[in-house]
Amino acid sequence: MNPVVEPTIFELSSPGRKGVPLPQTDVPEPEALSQEFRRRSELAWPEAAEIDVMRHFVRLSVLNHHIEKGIYPLGSCTMKYNPKVNEQAARLPGFAELHPETAEADAQGALKLMYELAGFLAEIGGVGAVTLQPSAGAQGELAGLLLMKAHHSERKDKKRNQIIIPDSAHGTNPASVATAGWETVQIASGADGRVSLKKLQEALTGRTAGMMLTNPNTLGLFEKDILEICRLVHEAGGLMYMDGANLNALMGIVKPGDLGFDIVHFNLHKTFSTPHGGGGPGAGAVGVKKFLEPYLPNPRVERIEKKGKDWYRFTENKKSIGKVHSAFGNFGVLVRAYTYIRTLGTEGLSEVSENAILNANYLLARVKDSYEVPYPGFCQHEFVLSGNRQKAQGVRTMDIAKRLLDFGVHAPTAYFPLIVPEALMIEPTETESRESLDYLADAFIQIAREVETDPEKVKKAPHTTPVGRLDEAKAARDLDIAFHK
Amino acid sequence: MEIKPDLKYTKEHEWIKLDGDTATVGITDFAQGELGDIVFVELPKAGTAVAQMKPFGTIEAVKAVSELFSPISGEIVAANSALESDATVINKDPYGEGWLIKIKVKNPKELDSLLTAEKYKEMVTA
Repeated sequence: MNPVVEPTIFELSSPGRKGVPLPQTDVPEPEALSQEFRRRSELAWPEAAEIDVMRHFVRLSVLNHHIEKGIYPLGSCTMKYNPKVNEQAARLPGFAELHPETAEADAQGALKLMYELAGFLAEIGGVGAVTLQPSAGAQGELAGLLLMKAHHSERKDKKRNQIIIPDSAHGTNPASVATAGWETVQIASGADGRVSLKKLQEALTGRTAGMMLTNPNTLGLFEKDILEICRLVHEAGGLMYMDGANLNALMGIVKPGDLGFDIVHFNLHKTFSTPHGGGGPGAGAVGVKKFLEPYLPNPRVERIEKKGKDWYRFTENKKSIGKVHSAFGNFGVLVRAYTYIRTLGTEGLSEVSENAILNANYLLARVKDSYEVPYPGFCQHEFVLSGNRQKAQGVRTMDIAKRLLDFGVHAPTAYFPLIVPEALMIEPTETESRESLDYLADAFIQIAREVETDPEKVKKAPHTTPVGRLDEAKAARDLDIAFHK
Repeated sequence: MEIKPDLKYTKEHEWIKLDGDTATVGITDFAQGELGDIVFVELPKAGTAVAQMKPFGTIEAVKAVSELFSPISGEIVAANSALESDATVINKDPYGEGWLIKIKVKNPKELDSLLTAEKYKEMVTA
């Protein structure tokens, strides 16, 4: 017998075994479906008893890493704990069983929730209006660029087709620019890891449509010249887009709109604690200053007064860039984010950001002597280390990341941002306790020591995980996740 | 890390070897080590014109995607088709089986502007 880590549910299948007997379908088979589209063989569903299904998924959850099991300091991903009250709210039948075609009169609670959530986000972002439709950050970016396009087009300013992006940006930024049919102008960061005003001035031309900027940036540094950056871009006729990936450092402290940003996206699945990391669903709401409101995706929810009472209804604008998602976005995610905001309140949200920053700085202070810190000083909600010192001993950042798995810790983001060699990007988030941060710091320090004393141990890691180093080239190239008998 | 003494190098970590009027181009051992496991290379077809220090293709590793720069101007005569099924050959043998393209060279004098093995070594160990 060959021990396997865990068979697939298909391999556990036994013909005729059942968990739940299902009733015969009372829906007649559609006659319109022509023969060529009909399945010729039985669908190969796995057949298993409830106990086997339970055991299978419990075992898988134990093999996997997740925030319920250990620290997840994946930089720029904000893997905070997702409070279970969010799940409770999202599972209320009035939300969970709502059909997108339900009449407005029968969905007033859901519409109110969307209206209020848009309002909360507008307040947090310092913007005039919000769409909840985009399904993640990158789609929010694309929506934001299409809004910019609509703005310039309406002003007959069609020669503008360039977006300025610093070299520390997330890869989604230039990808969104290309998808929008525009060009990226990349500018090198200054020696302090922030936008260089000189480089920015050189890049600004009559073709500048706008600038995309993450603040704090991916090095975990606040763009201290942000007021001047916004002024320069606006003066050149461009608009300012804030990638809200790192909003977890700003809530209740700084409003992007007050800094001069015209458009900002909110990663509800990161900052507002809805589960992510398993591929979705996410939600990338986009907020804009009032002058861009007419272009926002249709429909949005508005509040009117009807017979002396509040009434919520959908509204459309003729100038809209159109829909970016079916129905109204990922509604279940919106319920979770709304619950999070209502649970914490204004003060709670400020505390989230304060603690996220405090936790990152505490951790940085504890590990800074063991690793190279390319941009020293105080950080925001995350920081970047370089494995340069360890590389000189023949141990790479990838090895350090793998060794951390032995400590029951998810590896930080590795090799990003691209401007830091052997980068380790660490974001502990506000939900880790002092004890948990100390555990993580101790692991980092011990690994740095091992690099000196027993480098092979680090290079061969992980030693305690169900599987060791995988063939990543094969996984990227020949990904096949279908079950074949 | 191996640097072959008889080759010329670019700042972008490509190597070039001239044989008559045809040059073979690849990436250096240092580059493959930095990139890690290479998943995919996108190379131009034979007949494509390339210009010195202009991108001619892309190389994708598990970590990141990078552009490939031509050390010399000319016309592509061959691209290494063996890499289509297994690009990790570049990791295993960057100066041999892992070559990328062969170029019919327009002006061999362009080689003079490239780095010698010594200068390249200085650059990557700096």
